[in-house]
Amino acid sequence: MAAARKNLSALQSGQVSQLLLPFLQLGEDTLDAFEKGLSKAIETDLLAMTVKQRDPAAFEYLRPSSLEEALQYLADLGEDAKIMSGGQSLIPVLNMRLSTPKYLIDIGRVEDLFYIREEDGYLVIGALTKHRDVEFSPLVRKLCPLLIEAVRWIGHPQIRLRGTIGGSIAHADPSAELPCVIAALRGEIVIAHADGEETVTPDEFFLTYLLTSLQPDQMIKELRFPILPETAGYEFTEVSRRHSDFALVEIAAVIDLDENNEITLARLAAGGANPVPCVLEDAEEFLIGKEPTDEVLEEASVLGSEQVEPDSDLHGSVEYRRSLVKALTKRALQTALKRAGGTKG
Amino acid sequence: MNTKEITVTVNGEQLTETVETRMLLADFIRDHLNLTGTHLGCEHGVCGACTVLVDGKAARSCLMLAVQADGSSIDTVESLVKEDGTLHPLQQAFSDNHALQCGFCTPGFMMTLVDFLNENPNPNEHEIREAISGNLCRCTGYANIVKAVEQASQALAKQGE
Repeated sequence: MAAARKNLSALQSGQVSQLLLPFLQLGEDTLDAFEKGLSKAIETDLLAMTVKQRDPAAFEYLRPSSLEEALQYLADLGEDAKIMSGGQSLIPVLNMRLSTPKYLIDIGRVEDLFYIREEDGYLVIGALTKHRDVEFSPLVRKLCPLLIEAVRWIGHPQIRLRGTIGGSIAHADPSAELPCVIAALRGEIVIAHADGEETVTPDEFFLTYLLTSLQPDQMIKELRFPILPETAGYEFTEVSRRHSDFALVEIAAVIDLDENNEITLARLAAGGANPVPCVLEDAEEFLIGKEPTDEVLEEASVLGSEQVEPDSDLHGSVEYRRSLVKALTKRALQTALKRAGGTKG
Repeated sequence: MNTKEITVTVNGEQLTETVETRMLLADFIRDHLNLTGTHLGCEHGVCGACTVLVDGKAARSCLMLAVQADGSSIDTVESLVKEDGTLHPLQQAFSDNHALQCGFCTPGFMMTLVDFLNENPNPNEHEIREAISGNLCRCTGYANIVKAVEQASQALAKQGE
């Protein structure tokens, strides 16, 4: 443990790869969970990687063509196997040998998991659907425009072309966009394993930095986003050092009004602040039944900033992140309000 | 050693090769096929230098395994110049506008922009800057790259007429 901490501070003071930033946001309390993997990786490879070419450790490559086949592999191989969908987060992790699976199950060609459809009041998206397909889907535009706003913040076009929505959720980066959206909308994550399926809430699914409730024999099958009234306004916004970098703070907001200009629906979540997406419940509750005056939005954003519990890291202090939550919450609510009432932009 | 046979079409030529399963597409292109125009900078998906076209779409070859490309067609920067040595309009525009200095990042910019100009033949400056946001250049400051893309888009439009 002491070795891990020493290595961590060594890393923090040195030049650190962007990819590793999520690991470095670990506070003392949560570091325990990563002690084994992090210290091993640092000792064996991270220091060496400055001089040698990066490449993954050897693994056996499996490429199932159906969900059933993929789940059977998982059931048989368990912890020795790692699932890869688009690989845009996993391959860097493999390149740096932060993960060295014995078996790599490439589900990139499991065609039964590419779909976007409407089902029982939900927008349902197959886990292997690419970010780019979501970004340009007319059905998503119609049923869940917040998702399109959010997806545009993900990486660069090259990344969005190969990265998948299931992969982003499974990776559970605290500053990723999709976990924040699914939490804000009270969506559902459908998990498959060889013996069946189960549906979990984001609250149950995201445990901490890069850690989810997924068991070694499970994989994400689809994401379900509740369809909100067409009149609802929405906004997704974030602050990062450069566009497409990991977000320091991001906010997803949805708001709807009745004919008396009273707020009937409020959905707010913050990403990048806590180890898992943070639903700003106090602010949501406060907004219901109120007229959206400037004072009301201000008060809601203060409530939002009081609910998050950010950590300090290289890029932002606790105070800075908290003030970002406040500023972005207000900004997101203002934009969402402008879009509310069926005048969708 | 874990190996697998893959069939890929690289710059129009179909090849069947046996590769280590852990081999990155970038290493396959450079070390296996000797196409060293594709450059490797960060090797974890930040710098964009290794961008190639996979089935016509820009992708980072350091974020793909060679085995994932099985059955795909790959185009590298070597595919741009014509047999008689005529530069691609993008290459010509980069040269004309001094849009490169050391040249390390240039192949990645080329392949990113080939795909971008296919999708958006008449981009504005904002769209160009957005398109190249995933490629790092430490020499030029990007201004001349943006100018070059504007010139290339006009040249390509003329070519298409």
